[in-house]
Amino acid sequence: MKRLRLVLMGLMLMVPAWSGPVSAETLITSLSNHRVLINSNYTGTSIAVFGAIERDAQTIARATGYDVVVTVRGPRQLLTVREKQKVGPIWINQEQQKFPSAPAYLSVLTSKPIAEITSDQLRQRQKIGLRAIISAPDFTYVRGGGADREFREALYRLKAQEGLYLEEERGVTFLTPDIFRASIPLPATAPPGEYDVQVVLFADTVILASTTTHFELVKTGFEEQVGAVARDWSLLYGLATALLALAFGWLANIIFRRD
Amino acid sequence: MQIYLPIAEMPVSVLLILGMGAAVGFISGLFGIGGGFLMTPLLIFLGIPPAVAVATQSAQIVASSTTSVLGAIRRNALDRKLGAILVGGGLVGSALGVWFFAAARRAGQLDLVIVLSYVTLFSVVGSLMLKESIREFWTKRRGGTVRLRRQAGEHAPYLGWPLRMRFYRSKLYVSVIPILLLSLFIGFAGAVLGIGGGFIVVPALLYIFRVPTNVVVGTSQFQIVCTTLVALILHAVMNQAVDMVLALLLIVGGVFGAQFGARIGRNLRAELFRFLLAILLLAVGLRFGLELVLQPEEPFSLTAQEQRQ
Repeated sequence: MKRLRLVLMGLMLMVPAWSGPVSAETLITSLSNHRVLINSNYTGTSIAVFGAIERDAQTIARATGYDVVVTVRGPRQLLTVREKQKVGPIWINQEQQKFPSAPAYLSVLTSKPIAEITSDQLRQRQKIGLRAIISAPDFTYVRGGGADREFREALYRLKAQEGLYLEEERGVTFLTPDIFRASIPLPATAPPGEYDVQVVLFADTVILASTTTHFELVKTGFEEQVGAVARDWSLLYGLATALLALAFGWLANIIFRRD
Repeated sequence: MQIYLPIAEMPVSVLLILGMGAAVGFISGLFGIGGGFLMTPLLIFLGIPPAVAVATQSAQIVASSTTSVLGAIRRNALDRKLGAILVGGGLVGSALGVWFFAAARRAGQLDLVIVLSYVTLFSVVGSLMLKESIREFWTKRRGGTVRLRRQAGEHAPYLGWPLRMRFYRSKLYVSVIPILLLSLFIGFAGAVLGIGGGFIVVPALLYIFRVPTNVVVGTSQFQIVCTTLVALILHAVMNQAVDMVLALLLIVGGVFGAQFGARIGRNLRAELFRFLLAILLLAVGLRFGLELVLQPEEPFSLTAQEQRQ
C-alpha cells in the first residue's frame, strides 16, 4: 500500500492544474469461489475473478483505456534446481540453486501483452508479470556462480511444463470499459493451500489501484480424513495399510485356490 | 475414470494404475521378486512424488508376496528355516543400510550412489545369469546333460565352513555363515536402494547354494514380505508418504497379476526362467546405465520441499 500511495502522489504531482483532492479510480474485485473443495473426482478447476472500476465526478478522463494484471500465487515451497554436468563419462548433478519461497503455482493473466501495459522498470520494481517475479533479486539465494539466470529460466521452464507457471496475455477480458473478468485455471496438480490473487489496475502505463484477495484449496470428506489420519495417527495408519495388504494377499490366495 | 489421491495430492486414472499393478504383479509372481525396481520408476513417471511412490508400492509388494508365500506353503515350496535366517540377517543389514543412506545424503551424492549401485548390481547379476543360462542351452543342444542336481564333492569350500545346518526342504547341509552374509548384504542394499532384494536372493540361492527353483521362489517371497512390512510401517511413521488409495488400486491389480505370473512361472522350464530373469535385469541395468552416460535432454531438475507455515 505504501508503494501505491507513492504512485498516487506521483499522479497528483503530474496533474497540478486540478484544485482540491484528486481522487483516482477505485477497484472492486470479487472471486467466484473462496474455498475450492477437493473430493475424490477432482481434476482441476477454474476460478473466475470479476472486477469493476469505479469513477467519481472528480476522476480525470483517461485518454487510453484501462489495463488489468491478475497475479495468482499458490502456497510457498523451497525449490531446488540442479544442473547435470558431464564428469568423465557420466552425467551427474553438479551445480544447484535454491529458491527459498517460490510459489508452487504462479499465473499472470493480463488484458493485453504485458510489455504494452507498462514500462520495464515499473514491472521489475512492482514484480508485475512472470518474468519480473522470477528475475526479482529476492527470489533466490545469492550464489557465487554466474549462471544465475539459467537456473531461473530452468525453474520457469520446468514449472511451465507441469502447467503450474503460466502467463496469458489475453486472460483478462473487459465486458464494458469499466467491468472485467478473468478465469484462473487451476490444474489438478496445483497443491492444496492458500492462494493469493492480486489485481492491479493500469492506465497509460501507470498503476492506479490494486486489490488482494485470497482463496483456499482444501481437501474434504474422505480425502481430508485420510490425510489427517496419516498425519496424526501415522503408526495406526501404517499398520492399517499393512493389514489391508496382507488381507488382500490372503483373499487372492483363497480366490485362486484351484490346484 | 479419474480418482484423486489424498496423500500424493493429484488425480490419476484408475484403469491405468490397475493395469500397472497387474503388469508388475505378473512379473513379480513369475520370478519371485518384489517388483519394486519396476514399479517405483513407473509411478514417478506418472508424476507421483518420489517419496510417495517408494513408500506406497511397498504395500503392493506385501500383498502380492503374501499371496505367493501362502501358495508356496500349500505346495510345500517354502523352506521356513532358511527363510527365517534370511529375515533375521536382513533386518540387521537394513539397519546398517539406513545408517549408510543418511551418510551418503549428508555427502550430497545420494542420487549418484543409487544409480551407480543399480547399474552395477543389475548388470553384474544379470550378465552372470545370462552367461549361465546360455551355457545350459548350449549343453542341452549338443545332447549333453545339464547338471542341475548337486553331486558329491561339488560343494564350494565356503559352504563347508563351521556352524553347518541342515535345510531339509532345500536339500542343503551348509554353513550358516555364507547365508547370514548374503542376508546382511540384501538388507543393506534394500535399505539403500529402496528395493526388497528379491532379484539378489533368487540368483544367489539358485547359483551359490543350488537350492531347487520352486523352493527359491517361495523362500525369497517370504523374506520379501517380512522386510517390506517393516519398511511400509517405517515409511508411514517417518515420512507419512503412504497413499492408501493408491496402495489399494495397486494391490487389487497386483494380486491378480501375481496369480497368473506364479502359475506360468511354475510351468516354465528352469533354464528359460533364468534366461528371462537375466534379460529383465540386464534391461533395467542398461536403462539406468544409459541415463548416466547419455546427454540429458533437460540437464536441469527441480525438487520441492514443502514449507509448513
